Amino acid sequence: MTIQFNDETFRDDYSFRNSDWAIKRFPFPFHEDSYMYSMNAEQHRGGPAGSVFEKRFDVDEHYISEMRDRAIVLDQDPLRCQSLPHMTLAGWDLLELIMVSKSEDYPDLFELYRDGAQWRWVNKPLGIDDTFTFMDETTLPYGPLEYITRQSQGDFALLDQRENNLWMDAGMITTQADWSLDFDIGMNFFEWHAPVPLAHEMGIFKRALKFLMNIQQGAPGRRLNWTMTVNPLLDTSPENYHKWGIQKTSLTPENIGAKQHVRVELQTFYRLPRSNALAFPIRCYLCSFQDLMTVPKWGRRLHRVVRDLPVELATYKGFIDNRPMMLDYLSQFDDGLPTSFGVFPDLDSEPPLQK
Amino acid sequence: MTKFNFPPSITSRPVWGELQARAGSGHVFIADAHGAGAIMDMATPDLMAKAHIIYIPKGHDMSAELKALGPAQYYEGPSYAAASSRIAHVLGQAKMGVQVYLAGTESVMGQAMHAAVQAGIPSGSIQTEHRGSTARRMQCVHCKGFTEDVETDPFVCSHCGLNLFVRDHYSRRLAAYQAVCIDAEDPGNVPESKGIYE
Repeated sequence: MTIQFNDETFRDDYSFRNSDWAIKRFPFPFHEDSYMYSMNAEQHRGGPAGSVFEKRFDVDEHYISEMRDRAIVLDQDPLRCQSLPHMTLAGWDLLELIMVSKSEDYPDLFELYRDGAQWRWVNKPLGIDDTFTFMDETTLPYGPLEYITRQSQGDFALLDQRENNLWMDAGMITTQADWSLDFDIGMNFFEWHAPVPLAHEMGIFKRALKFLMNIQQGAPGRRLNWTMTVNPLLDTSPENYHKWGIQKTSLTPENIGAKQHVRVELQTFYRLPRSNALAFPIRCYLCSFQDLMTVPKWGRRLHRVVRDLPVELATYKGFIDNRPMMLDYLSQFDDGLPTSFGVFPDLDSEPPLQK
Repeated sequence: MTKFNFPPSITSRPVWGELQARAGSGHVFIADAHGAGAIMDMATPDLMAKAHIIYIPKGHDMSAELKALGPAQYYEGPSYAAASSRIAHVLGQAKMGVQVYLAGTESVMGQAMHAAVQAGIPSGSIQTEHRGSTARRMQCVHCKGFTEDVETDPFVCSHCGLNLFVRDHYSRRLAAYQAVCIDAEDPGNVPESKGIYE
């Protein structure tokens, strides 16, 4: 299908909206009626047609507006994109991966012409037509990582692999769930995950690291992660927390359906060919409670998950204070009926709300 | 000075050790204030014959005692910032097999550790021992300014003036703990400061 790109904002007047198409394909992160940490990783080899899992790098109706928002963040704080000196090669690897994938997966939107090291990249939605020399930084307006991720939805971390560990040594991070690349750059896998509660004790990170270090070229992986965000704010950074934190107190029983969003990260993992680094795209999808409630299965399930989540997780994810109000709202959409297994909406088979 | 036992913490927080004499082609000591005591507790004439001590007294001057150990080279600086270019130079010039000994506050050990790693010294050749103040070097995540010698939580950023709480999340690259606005969701509601380990 041809994508109709929205003209919308993720700040100030928050004109961000999901179309019916975007709601139905929202990557709802709960495959059952409860949630606990797990590695929950699988191969990233496509998915149901039209789903966010289908393409290697999903492009949706928010593309142009998200890229505009990223440019605003970078104007205000260029430290959101950094690359330690040894990571330039990994940046070229990522540029190649994204250009090849997008031109193959979306030939109507992106074109790549290669003649040896002379490359021409056409990005129709953003009106870009650039010719450059592959591996020659002087022929691009930015470094390779910054150049290509200014044109790709989601955050991107590049992880160097050495000493039996992964190191966060480069990234473009402007749509993050409250973590700072500028602070975490150079850390190893256990260090940058240090603030996460419970998961260390559960051995999650040891298993995750093992899994990630064994990702092979041509066999990418993926998983979903989630949190909660008041207003469709992409840039929930620690840097700006003193500005956006107050918005968490703006919820009322009247506005919660429109203002409270589930924030889902589609995390994918790619081994890069030249650098042997790991590309770690973290794509953020937002959906308001009221839009999620149009899918009866998701309404039932979200209530149960939020209700039963351990206090530590609700605290870490930043919504412990708002949880009672969330439950008042969500309980209206839970009639106690069982739900089908898996994340998909199952609109044809799941019964409508019985109350 | 009795040693402080840091409470167990998260995985980004450094764990400090105890200095021990090791065989090496040279021995670089970097210490501040009470850190001098850690050097005195393990110094031997053999070690001192190939030692370069860099000391920042920081209000607790033990320079006479350190000099009495007879190190091959001795330097005293008024602050880490003042000594930092000398430290980078010494570490950069160090020969293969050098041993690095860091002692004193977390701020000095963290910054010198980063300088040593930057100079390419393997982490297995760097030892640490905490002595003296448990004050922290904090980085404000909002304005990026560093505030040295933070003993209380919350505290006021010495650069931007925000009220910040003290996290255990630590960056080796910045040699600092992360500090985050404490009253973002309720401006003006700042709890009373208390000692970080109270």
